[in-house]
Amino acid sequence: MNLLLLIIIPFLTAVVILTAKDFKQSRSIALVGASIQLVLAFFLLNQYQAAKALVQTEAFVFEQSFEWFPSLGIQFLIGVDGISIAMILLTALVVVAGILVSFTMEELHKEFFFLLILLSLGAYGFFISLDIFTLFFFLEVAVIPKFLLIGIWGSGAKQKSAMKLALMLMGGSALIMVGLIGLYYFSNETGNRSFNMLVLAQYPISYAAQLVFFPFLFAGFGVFTALFPFHTWVPDGHSSAPTAASMFLAGISMKLGGYGCLRVATYLMPDAAVHYAPIIITLASIAIIYGAFATLMQTDLKYINAYSSISHCGFVILGIGMLNKTAIVGAVMQMVSHGLMTALFFAAIGMMYQRTHTRLVSQLGGLLKVMPFISSVFVIAGLCSLGLPGFSGFVSEMTVFVGAWQNPNFWYRLATILACASIVVTAVYILRAAGSSVMGPITQKNFLHLTDAQWNEKLAAIVLLSGIVIIGIAPFLLTDLLSSSTDVLVEKIINTF
Amino acid sequence: MGLELLFTLKHELLISLSIFLLLFIFVGSNHTKGATIIHIVNALLLISVFFFLFEPKQSFVFNQMFESNGLIQFQKSILSLGLLLISALSFQWLKHHKNVIEFYLLLLSSLLGMFFMISAANMLFFYLGLELATIPLAAAANFDLEKRKSGEAAMKLIYSSAFSSALLLLGISFVYGLTGSLNFTEISEKIPVNALSQFAFILVFSGFAFKMSVVPFHLWTADVYEGAPVPVTAFLSVVSKAAISFVFVQVLFKVFIHLELSYTISLAVVSICTMLLGNLFAMRQENIKRFLAFSSIAQVGYILIALMGSHEVAQSAIIYFLLVYVFSNLAAFGVIGIISNSLGKENISDYKGFYQQNKFLSWALAIALFSLAGVPPTAGFFGKFFLILAAASKGYYLLIVIAALNMIISFYYYLRIVRNIFMETSENPMPQVLVQPITKVALIVCLIGMIVLGLYGPVYEYIAAFAKPF
Repeated sequence: MNLLLLIIIPFLTAVVILTAKDFKQSRSIALVGASIQLVLAFFLLNQYQAAKALVQTEAFVFEQSFEWFPSLGIQFLIGVDGISIAMILLTALVVVAGILVSFTMEELHKEFFFLLILLSLGAYGFFISLDIFTLFFFLEVAVIPKFLLIGIWGSGAKQKSAMKLALMLMGGSALIMVGLIGLYYFSNETGNRSFNMLVLAQYPISYAAQLVFFPFLFAGFGVFTALFPFHTWVPDGHSSAPTAASMFLAGISMKLGGYGCLRVATYLMPDAAVHYAPIIITLASIAIIYGAFATLMQTDLKYINAYSSISHCGFVILGIGMLNKTAIVGAVMQMVSHGLMTALFFAAIGMMYQRTHTRLVSQLGGLLKVMPFISSVFVIAGLCSLGLPGFSGFVSEMTVFVGAWQNPNFWYRLATILACASIVVTAVYILRAAGSSVMGPITQKNFLHLTDAQWNEKLAAIVLLSGIVIIGIAPFLLTDLLSSSTDVLVEKIINTF
Repeated sequence: MGLELLFTLKHELLISLSIFLLLFIFVGSNHTKGATIIHIVNALLLISVFFFLFEPKQSFVFNQMFESNGLIQFQKSILSLGLLLISALSFQWLKHHKNVIEFYLLLLSSLLGMFFMISAANMLFFYLGLELATIPLAAAANFDLEKRKSGEAAMKLIYSSAFSSALLLLGISFVYGLTGSLNFTEISEKIPVNALSQFAFILVFSGFAFKMSVVPFHLWTADVYEGAPVPVTAFLSVVSKAAISFVFVQVLFKVFIHLELSYTISLAVVSICTMLLGNLFAMRQENIKRFLAFSSIAQVGYILIALMGSHEVAQSAIIYFLLVYVFSNLAAFGVIGIISNSLGKENISDYKGFYQQNKFLSWALAIALFSLAGVPPTAGFFGKFFLILAAASKGYYLLIVIAALNMIISFYYYLRIVRNIFMETSENPMPQVLVQPITKVALIVCLIGMIVLGLYGPVYEYIAAFAKPF
């Protein structure tokens, strides 16, 4: 399959949106574009499995390369493996759901849908890039839409949040840039310089250089995925953003960081990853525990989900830091699972907020009686978040724990135990939030005549829910997809032990 | 021989022709309308822009004093493009100005001076070009005759130029004393590496630093930019700075090549100061012209760090960056000029809620600012990335970390304006501004330039193809 389609279709969608005459046209164009992309993503999955059955040795398939700046060795190189396909599927699902819940976004609608599609374009481009310059390019393409989406259509202290998010993400990008340049000059020092990930993997940079540049790359991507000291943009950004943007931020954008940590930092500098693993695991454990306890104190539903995202993304980092196959598969599963779950959570919160005009747990109550569908979706997202078996959260967190436990080191085991224990805290805040906001008696009179979800909102929830349930019930579908690709990664790491 | 001379000097001859045309045909007659003159000059400049495609080969004239090759001609075309865009962007202002002929006479003479300066292969010839490029600018800065600030700007510009020229001349005379020659190639062969030559370098460098507004020689910049009319500010900040940077690359890599160690140290120090001070001051500006002045100081800092890299990469990265810079900065100045001319507003806070009435201008300004900040998909991203890549080519990783940190600071203040445009709502936002068709075309050209130059690789490759070992 021609991977360029994955970039061309969002691009065309974005251009066509600009010609839309009214609000209905722009939202339907966006929806059609996103749906085509979703179909394409499943088609890609199908094609990938067919191609994998034929050639099992190749790490990446459907590779295409175009010269971009040949004198600097910069190519436009794209290709996919199982991990990127999982991420592309996640992106496609979240984008469709995000557009479905934005059906009432009439203010400056053209710009809104244009920026949403541009953001998704950045994510697709990022996940298919095999050249780290291209990858970096797409990573930054996705920053400005976030800034504008939050700042223009957001709520609360939107300008401050938008600034904070944009500056922190740009700071992350600046760190990544230094790391990339280090890789460029230290790899393959005698041959032609290149940003090509396959070439860089073939000629790893020296141990000393890895020790210098690994922290830049890992911390840079860590900013995107809310690695502990760099997580402060997450609560503000998520809570100020409009619903669709929150879904994109938590569902897609935070995954860019996790994917980068794995694919760029760890894959290209395995020695340094081994060297820094204790620090990574410490930071991840802090994020998990700190995130969980910070969530306990929140009273705003969006803040609850945002802080719990810090905790959940900690599992991704923990899985990567453990550097064994099971843990890394678990980390990728957790990325997919968290993406779907948190997008669903934000969608449900958005729907509730749109009707009740409040997100404070203390002011909500008894919503299950007036809007059963939305409330059930909210509870299900919560249950997935606390890791109830049958949903994706359970399988992915379990896989991370199993992988983490394989490491016999005492401190690693301690980190694992602490991370496991955080699930109890998760249960406390989720059950408390769900209990007091959707169950019990109806607290305010004006809730009585609220309506339940529209067809578009139901469809959005169903799209995300089906992903969560399918992974929860049949995790092998995802693990099979990831398995061979993680082997390639882990092989490099094992060689360095 | 005659034909070859014609080809070698084609840019200069065309600009001289334009000057003569203005002087002898239009100055005397009061009947010609301003718009006609503008269109004629624009047409001539447009030809000059495309001249670089025509017979770009290596040649020398005037007894080895004047050099021309493909790269130099390309640079001249960039400068012509800059003046053309300025002229189209400030059409509204120029059309009703009573001294439109004088405006073009001054700026065209300055452009001619820059052409000679770029082509110079000899210190004296270079100095001649530099003076021709600078002196008309001081008069142009004073173009708003009735404004006090304009006069102040012109005085500051002329004093600082005179001072920097004096430093430069002293440096040149030291170099002459050391080598007995003024020819670039001969100097680079004969110049010894000792304290005196390093001192001479520092003097020449200070002369350049004044014109490029490198910290600590930047003090004139903000006042002059604020006082001068917007088109002149745009010319100073974009065309003049680009020209002097082109020459600086040549002089540094050609003439002072053997002093690499000492120039690297001085460049490192001033580049860090330039980036940091430019950025920190830009954060606090309220007047948008002063803001652009300080942001352009910071941009020069990035150029300086690239100069420390290996020569071929640095040269192409800098020329590419300046090409992108012409488009991005002129788009920003264009929008600001339109607003300043029709509404008289020049403060950043005036731009609150700008998007409510002026969608096209808002996007043009926002994309220009993104390009200056170096955010993809605009070409500014590639420009900055290549500069930093060039700086790292000799292993100055600490510097690129500092540059990266500075990019975050600069990101803050560019976004601050974008925030005012899109996110703030104002009770009485700026009313819709009428944009002249020719100005709109120029803005669209800038926007296309900012998007296409990066995504379309062959532009960089065209520049990189000229890179040769010095």
